[in-house]
Amino acid sequence: MTPKRKQRVLIIVLILSGVSGAVGLMLYALQQNVNLFYSPTQISDGEAPIGPLIRVGGLVLAGSVKRATGKTEKLSVTFVLTDNNKQITVQYSGILPDLFREGQGIVALGRLQKDRSILATEVLAKHDENYMPPEVAGTLHKSPSAMHVPSTNQ
Amino acid sequence: MFERFHKYASPKYFYDLATLLIPYFFVISWVVLLTGIGWGLAFSPPDYQQGESVRIIYVHVPSAILSMSAYMFMAVSVFIAMVWRIKIAYMVARSCAPIGAVFTLIALVTGSLWGKPMWGAWWVWDARLTSELILFFIYLGIIALQQAIEDKDLGDRMSGIMVLVGVVNIPIIHYSVIWWNTLHQKATISKMGQPSIDSSMLWPLLLMILAHYLFFATYILMQTRNEVLNREKRKGWVKEVIV
Repeated sequence: MTPKRKQRVLIIVLILSGVSGAVGLMLYALQQNVNLFYSPTQISDGEAPIGPLIRVGGLVLAGSVKRATGKTEKLSVTFVLTDNNKQITVQYSGILPDLFREGQGIVALGRLQKDRSILATEVLAKHDENYMPPEVAGTLHKSPSAMHVPSTNQ
Repeated sequence: MFERFHKYASPKYFYDLATLLIPYFFVISWVVLLTGIGWGLAFSPPDYQQGESVRIIYVHVPSAILSMSAYMFMAVSVFIAMVWRIKIAYMVARSCAPIGAVFTLIALVTGSLWGKPMWGAWWVWDARLTSELILFFIYLGIIALQQAIEDKDLGDRMSGIMVLVGVVNIPIIHYSVIWWNTLHQKATISKMGQPSIDSSMLWPLLLMILAHYLFFATYILMQTRNEVLNREKRKGWVKEVIV
């Protein structure tokens, strides 16, 4: 390579590393804002503010879903979210997505109450990165925990 | 060696090569595309959780992959063009932006259509979706720069800088689902070890990805050939070819 070309490569590399450095620092500073949701562990550590709308994500704890029995609150439901470390109770009134079930990863939008529970206004289902036909899933059904790897990190 | 490299990179040589290759690429990409889409839509099984709506994966994932691959291809072309001053590489880079933007738009729209029944929302401001949307805007910015500057050489260099700066976004898109909590699920095919998709669904998906790559190659050959003719229209060899 001629010196001229080497110089051009150097300039491009410098531009690229400068820009990635700047963007990297920016994203590092925004770390918490870029995260879509808090995990139950972060909430019990007090990282989430009480009052404003926040999102919390985790797995629906098996056996924790309780639907209201009263006639006026037919759509009300409470369930427990877990990240296999800490747990948090969510109250919600509305239509749940089709994928909502026990063991499923979900993201709830709502406000954190003083008693550390979430009053949710929206519940989104999070599906995992595993795809298989129903027959295959059926044979795996003996160990459902293998299919629902915790999808929250950090 | 570089002498020969420059000979192959001459517009005339590229024109002849592209004219020779385009019919093959065209036919093969259509065959693979039709096989893949038929297999995916009619013969692959539904998903255990998502049912029939999983089939949108056969369009969504390939276009999302291509939206990033097209960008990297464009960036490498710009790099070659800037360092070695090869004109044809700039013409290739110019052909990438519109189709890259289209792939990005398809990925965004199909993702949104998939998100509504599965997640319960058309759109969420999570890191994966947002960074893909930024990629779309970067593509639009590049196209706007290319169109706004009358002088083609100047336009190539100006938009080239924008292309290089935008490269930063590509690893962010790819790793967004690992670095942050997102609603979007993690990578399936490229994850370490065994892909977590059943082989009855993986094969049509791989075919569709291949089809998208072939389609992209066909389009780039055709579009760059047009660009060559347009820029070299005052040269003698173009008059011979056209008349």
